[in-house]
Amino acid sequence: MTTATRSGDAFKGTTRGTTGGTTHDAGALTVANVSHVYGKKRALDHVSFTLARGRFSVLLGLNGAGKTTLFSLITRLQAFQAGTISLDGHDLQRDPGEVLRRLGIVFQARTLDLDLTVEQNLAYHAALHGLPARLARARAGAVLERVDLAERHGDKARDLSGGQMRRVEIARALLHQPRVLILDEPTVGLDIKARAEVLAHVRTLVAEEGIAVLWATHLFDEIDADDDLVILHQGRVRGTGRADTIMEQMGAATLTEAFTRMTTSETV
Amino acid sequence: MRKAAPASPGFSLFQYAICLNGILWRETLRFLHQRERFVSALVRPLVWLFIFAAGFRAGAGPLLTPPYTTPVPYEIYIAPGLMAVIQLFNGMQSSLSMVYDREMGNMRILLVSPFPRWFLLTAKLCAGTLVSLLQVYAFLVIAWFWDIRPPSLFGYVAVLPALVLSGLMLGALGMLLSSQIKQLENFAGVMNFVIFPMFFASTALYPLIRIREGSPKLAFVASLNPLTHAVELIRFAFQQQINWLALAVVFIATALFLGGAIVAYDPARGLGARRSE
Repeated sequence: MTTATRSGDAFKGTTRGTTGGTTHDAGALTVANVSHVYGKKRALDHVSFTLARGRFSVLLGLNGAGKTTLFSLITRLQAFQAGTISLDGHDLQRDPGEVLRRLGIVFQARTLDLDLTVEQNLAYHAALHGLPARLARARAGAVLERVDLAERHGDKARDLSGGQMRRVEIARALLHQPRVLILDEPTVGLDIKARAEVLAHVRTLVAEEGIAVLWATHLFDEIDADDDLVILHQGRVRGTGRADTIMEQMGAATLTEAFTRMTTSETV
Repeated sequence: MRKAAPASPGFSLFQYAICLNGILWRETLRFLHQRERFVSALVRPLVWLFIFAAGFRAGAGPLLTPPYTTPVPYEIYIAPGLMAVIQLFNGMQSSLSMVYDREMGNMRILLVSPFPRWFLLTAKLCAGTLVSLLQVYAFLVIAWFWDIRPPSLFGYVAVLPALVLSGLMLGALGMLLSSQIKQLENFAGVMNFVIFPMFFASTALYPLIRIREGSPKLAFVASLNPLTHAVELIRFAFQQQINWLALAVVFIATALFLGGAIVAYDPARGLGARRSE
């Protein structure tokens, strides 16, 4: 059974939570009762959670937990099978355009055009969101400034390091000023320093801009005690709530320990 | 600044224009960056023109077939066919890049744009067609020195709408195929099973009458081949005439291929179901 609690609220353990599909105002992004199967394999099983505004939320799960499937559903790259996803009251299936224009996305795979410059990559994205050139240029300057890459605007994407590319992708995702930013394992393949930088930039965004972030990862050391967690295991939500609350609930000293208990005790 | 959410739902026509313009611009830029692609797009038809046509000229003899009113040398005859083949290759190459983009993630950036998907795919198709026009006109410049010229300079303008339409048709065909190709390596199969058969079973290299002499069955296939109609549309337009049958066939085929591609790319029906974690 799934649990769904409002992020930021006290963690309700493993009690059956409300799925709250219609309470759009509860948070920035609402995922309600989403299930997905590939053939006979159940990738997502009644997944429900709400992303709070101005919070750094972590979608925590091991590889194969269903994170990428969930991302491709939210980004409309995969056909919907069951459930609802809504953003600011706009239903993804009824109104995909309105959801996508409020959503910033950073994919796990690199999606910059390597032959184009940083600026050109941003301009292309701005055009895909219908932003006029002048506005796009002004915003490109601002978002690059945000990720400390203003001076690299004329460089080819190919010449950037892995961490810098990721930061450009984050800057690009902010160009259309989304309400929600989702990132699918954004630190994969980065060294420790670059990882820390990317993470710090996104945390600053949350703090300063009040944007809601969903950060998918399987790396426990990227999580802070006051982050909201959605723990996904084998396609099911095993718990939601603040990291420290979850640890307390599980009587665990570390998050890893809490995670292990939650995912093993509930399996099967 | 983040709080400035989009005020009104939907997009204005101006914003659609911005999006289309951005996609055309990016595709052109990419094409200009890939110099090898440009060179090979030019070399391919020139090999046919300079080598094949020169060697085959004596065997084929001067050809008298509409729209020509006097017998024309073989290289004049095959020039429109080569223009269409440039576009056929380009359409397939765009489809290759779509498969590649899809696997590498670039295509995702396009598909998560808030604009409707039919619009994004049509814009992408227009961009591919624009690139094919650049290739064809570069070919025509070289062909001019080979004495392949329209009756008057107006022929270069007259052929443009025909090239736009055939470019859209062949691009849409490529797009439809790309939605059906799961893996990149299958593109070699597309070359063997789509490009070459379409090319040889068309009027690009020999008129329908000549094909009929050799094999009525092949002539029948060629008369159904959409590439035949694209070639004839271009051939007539280059001679500043209109082939209405070809125009109708190319028009309908474009609509069918594009419609098919849009349906195939709809996540509710096509592509989406394939990607697994």
